Amino acid sequence: MATRPTGDVVTATGVRRVFGDTVVLDGIDLTIGSGEVVALLGGSGSGKTTLLRILAGLDQHATGDWQVRGNLAVVFQEHRLLPWKRVADNVALGVPGPDVQRRTAAALTEVGLAGRERAWPAELSGGQSQRVAVARALVREPDLLLLDEPFGALDALTRLRMQALFGRLRAEHGFAALLVTHDVEEALLLADRTLVLAGGRVVDDTPVPLTHPRAPDDPGFGTLRRHLLDRLGVPAAA
Amino acid sequence: MTELATRPPDTVPKTARPAARPHRRRWRRLTTPVVLVVLWETSSRVGVLPEEKLPPISEVVRAGWQLAEDGTLATHLLDSLTRAGAGLAIGVGLALVLGSIAGLLRLGDDLVDPPVQMARMLPHLALVPLLIIWVGIGESLKVTLVALGVFYPMYFNLYAGIRDIDERLVEAARTCGLGAVARIRHVVLPGTLPSLFLGLRLATGAAWLSLVVGETVATQSGIGFLMMEAREFSQTNVVLVGLFIYALLGLLSDLILRAVERRTLTWRRGLQAT
Repeated sequence: MATRPTGDVVTATGVRRVFGDTVVLDGIDLTIGSGEVVALLGGSGSGKTTLLRILAGLDQHATGDWQVRGNLAVVFQEHRLLPWKRVADNVALGVPGPDVQRRTAAALTEVGLAGRERAWPAELSGGQSQRVAVARALVREPDLLLLDEPFGALDALTRLRMQALFGRLRAEHGFAALLVTHDVEEALLLADRTLVLAGGRVVDDTPVPLTHPRAPDDPGFGTLRRHLLDRLGVPAAA
Repeated sequence: MTELATRPPDTVPKTARPAARPHRRRWRRLTTPVVLVVLWETSSRVGVLPEEKLPPISEVVRAGWQLAEDGTLATHLLDSLTRAGAGLAIGVGLALVLGSIAGLLRLGDDLVDPPVQMARMLPHLALVPLLIIWVGIGESLKVTLVALGVFYPMYFNLYAGIRDIDERLVEAARTCGLGAVARIRHVVLPGTLPSLFLGLRLATGAAWLSLVVGETVATQSGIGFLMMEAREFSQTNVVLVGLFIYALLGLLSDLILRAVERRTLTWRRGLQAT
């Protein structure tokens, strides 16, 4: 696919990462279009997080070619808020410009935490902290959002709310995203395309042609779910 | 049925008691010190304790009052405080520079940390004979001794504080676009502050200890000199005044540091702050 100004936010070819004798990523090719949400599935240890960290610029030992265009923001599995900064200062961390305060407040409003600017991270629940982490990413007006199992540490109900929030924000802002997850349903609810990583390679690349908003009982959902579980090595009967 | 009947009287005292308890406990904890002081005073007055070994506490207070009134105490206290202050400043400054180099830079860690770790094994008070040969018996001996005592707790706590910073927070700051200097300012420095305060409190304790030892060596002023002189004239009450002053200095400096720490590290009490 040719690179156009409004085209791909991520292009990667032959990305390889070796830890000692273990080949974790064995030549990954990946393209993410502008505004495209790609879910990256795989068993634990399959290298999903490694690939995300390479794209985030947190891994200096990978080889191959990759390029990220536009603003980048990362949401980790843990909120990773600085405990010594109030919520607003965490969100605004490293954001330049004169209207940071207004943008911070707007981002907090979008994640449903309007008015909590002065709170300390220690005062927030797990779900609220993760919302602040999402606001911290949003305020950077990202073209690409990298999410590393962002809702994995939350309880089931909070996770559902956060998934709905992600859907709304995505519709509003149109950012592209790479969503690392081990949850097949989450991938099918949120992504335009799913990739399955196994043995250091992308073994499956399936578009998700369902309309938003989605629900697990939509027609076509079950078929895709079975297909992905099959590629992840979970018996089809399950 | 019986459970229902017995439960209310069972739970009421349980919730009511803790409110009254801290108050009563505080008084109870005062009992032994008060009894000891009274015992000390009466046994000295009656003559069970010989005057030259342990004068009554009222005598000690009177001697302290007298020394304070004629200005002797203030002069000596000021000299002691100057020594402690100078030693603290030098020791803390040196520890901050070397600790930061060792904590932040890999090369610094390899070059600075090994000799510091080796030198730590020397009890710094045992260096007095060597220090007398090096810097003489004057003021520089006292200041050097204090600086040496201060350096180690400060260095090790700073070093450990920097090392203990959650690498994941540094990564998050990096993905927020923070460069090395900004990461140190927003992540490393505030993250190290709790260890820095701990180091400072331990260092202040070490400073007083070093001062006590330093001031017993050929001194013409200071609380230590006051005590040594009083010992020669068998003024046990003045010796005890000196001891009390040392104890008060330690207590006061710790209280001040703890207050500053509480104000600086409000985020640690996040839940109580609102």
